[in-house]
Amino acid sequence: MSAVALSARGVSKSFGSLNVARDINIDLPVGARYALIGPNGAGKTTLINLMTGLLVPNAGAITLAGEDVTALKPQARVKRGLARTFQINTLFAGLNPLEAVTLAVCERRGIADRFWQNIAGNKDAIEEAYEILSKLKLGDACYQTTRELPYGRQRLLEIALALATRPKVLLLDEPAAGVPHEESGEIFEVVAGLSDDLTLLFIEHDMHVVFRFATHIIVLVGGAIFTQGSPAEIAADPGVREVYLGTRKHG
Amino acid sequence: MTQISTTSLTPQLYLQRQTRWRPIEIVFWAATLLPFWLFPTYLSLASQIAITGLFALSLDLILGYAGIVSLGHAAFFGIGAYTAGLFSKFVWGEPFSGLVAAAAVAGIVGYASSFIISRFRHLTLIMITLGLGLLLKEAANSAHWLTGGSDGLQGVSIDPVLGLFKFDLYGRTAYGYSLAVLFVVFLCARRIINSPFGLALRGIRENVVRMPAIGADSRAHIRKVYTIAAIIAGIAGGLLTQTTQTVALEVLSFERSADVVVMLVLGGAGRLYGGLIGATVYMIARDQFSGIAPQYWYFWIGALLVIVVTLLPNGILGGLSRLIRRWRRS
Ligand SMILES: Nc1ncnc2c1ncn2[C@@H]1O[C@H](COP(=O)(O)OP(=O)(O)OP(=O)(O)O)[C@@H](O)[C@H]1O
Ligand SMILES: [Mg+2]
Repeated sequence: MSAVALSARGVSKSFGSLNVARDINIDLPVGARYALIGPNGAGKTTLINLMTGLLVPNAGAITLAGEDVTALKPQARVKRGLARTFQINTLFAGLNPLEAVTLAVCERRGIADRFWQNIAGNKDAIEEAYEILSKLKLGDACYQTTRELPYGRQRLLEIALALATRPKVLLLDEPAAGVPHEESGEIFEVVAGLSDDLTLLFIEHDMHVVFRFATHIIVLVGGAIFTQGSPAEIAADPGVREVYLGTRKHG
Repeated sequence: MTQISTTSLTPQLYLQRQTRWRPIEIVFWAATLLPFWLFPTYLSLASQIAITGLFALSLDLILGYAGIVSLGHAAFFGIGAYTAGLFSKFVWGEPFSGLVAAAAVAGIVGYASSFIISRFRHLTLIMITLGLGLLLKEAANSAHWLTGGSDGLQGVSIDPVLGLFKFDLYGRTAYGYSLAVLFVVFLCARRIINSPFGLALRGIRENVVRMPAIGADSRAHIRKVYTIAAIIAGIAGGLLTQTTQTVALEVLSFERSADVVVMLVLGGAGRLYGGLIGATVYMIARDQFSGIAPQYWYFWIGALLVIVVTLLPNGILGGLSRLIRRWRRS
């Protein structure tokens, strides 16, 4: 068995009487390409929030490279190599991509608290930021204010910000959410081009995309893991068809 | 903000350009010297404007840059004012060391309270800052033995600046001294804003939810900027004491906290010069309006505020920069 990068052990969470996570057990092996699928409201985003520390589970534990991080703050988990993107754009609207990614790089390098140095003096950090942006085809848009960027570009910036933290594990919450079908391919090309060492879990509704990019699929229904397996197994599973695929006419 | 052609610009050069001195800034600072020749009878007012501008600048760091709304910022102004007054009474009258003392005490109190401030946002935060401000004012009021309570602090006496310039009746020394201190502190603030830390503050203002997701400890940043803002407000308070040679309980008042928010919003928050412009407009308007109808000048300030925020959501400076951009384009 290969080493586990991130795992959830018996994780449960409820909002009042609504159980959004029921005894979730997930192991992400190092270098994995896992997809997390499930109908709307299944608790997929909630699970990412639990893993990254935005929410605290009622029971269970999250471990990152073997270390129990359940009690750690989100930023401490990021420092240990766990990054995420957001389903709904959560960007720095008034900054431009260069500033935003430079900020993320500075935070990772631990120099964001320097208040007596000109930002332009950090050549390495700026160049690193620009490199990330160029790789994500944002190089020519990097001086444009974020809120003025086309929506598809903003989705790419979501990923750029996460990459700037140099993650070992990256959780992508519907990276192409709201992007027209023709453009979503571009976003997933970027995702597919990420380093093989990076452990990846992504949420996605488009089954073509899921089958194309995932090596393993986890199906979440009503806050619980319904089933999981290889794309072939999931495609052949009649239960999955019924709860999920059947309603969306994919397959 | 800059709309210059950016095609051939390397990212580093671009960021450097953002932090460069613009000609208009040099014009602004040159213009601050004009009152010495143009309005020699208004130098006391000019000194008050410089001090209030410095106070507004300190609020801009937390409100305009980090998005922390405070309705109790006069607490640090007042602490600085009383510290400078007591320092001259019990230690010596040399002004610069008095300012250092004012900055230090305000900074220590700011640092201590930053642990509470950094935990809250929005309405809760406004109420906490308001509460702390009121609390401090009443404490100063009841500590009559130390502060003189509502009678004000008596016996403040300040030596000539550098042993050369006595504080005169016309406010010549007062304005020169206040302006010099304002300029030096402004240079520091400018440097802070153009630093990685300044960028992190803008990050907090733009999206506090994203900050932890890029590994940032927003609370640590907020504690730091709150302390810096307290220090600058303390220096402003100290200046007021030294240039007027008195300390009234008013330095801690809610009105002072509220006025400085109004000035910053008028001038344009998050723009470094917003506080300075806002303070200038506000203080001159107050001076003129109170000449027309002494009892009703707040009416006019109110009208000015409503007009500015409805027509210019980013304050006077925001409106100006929009005008300039439109003019450049056509
Ligand atoms: N903070 C919250 N308080 C109360 N209920 C919540 C909260 N966050 C999510 N929920 C509820 O939990 C359920 C799961 O939400 P979640 O966002 O995790 O679903 P999802 O699987 O990501 O759905 P989608 O595919 O629409 O993104 C939903 O019913 C949602 O309304
Ligand atoms: Mg979701």
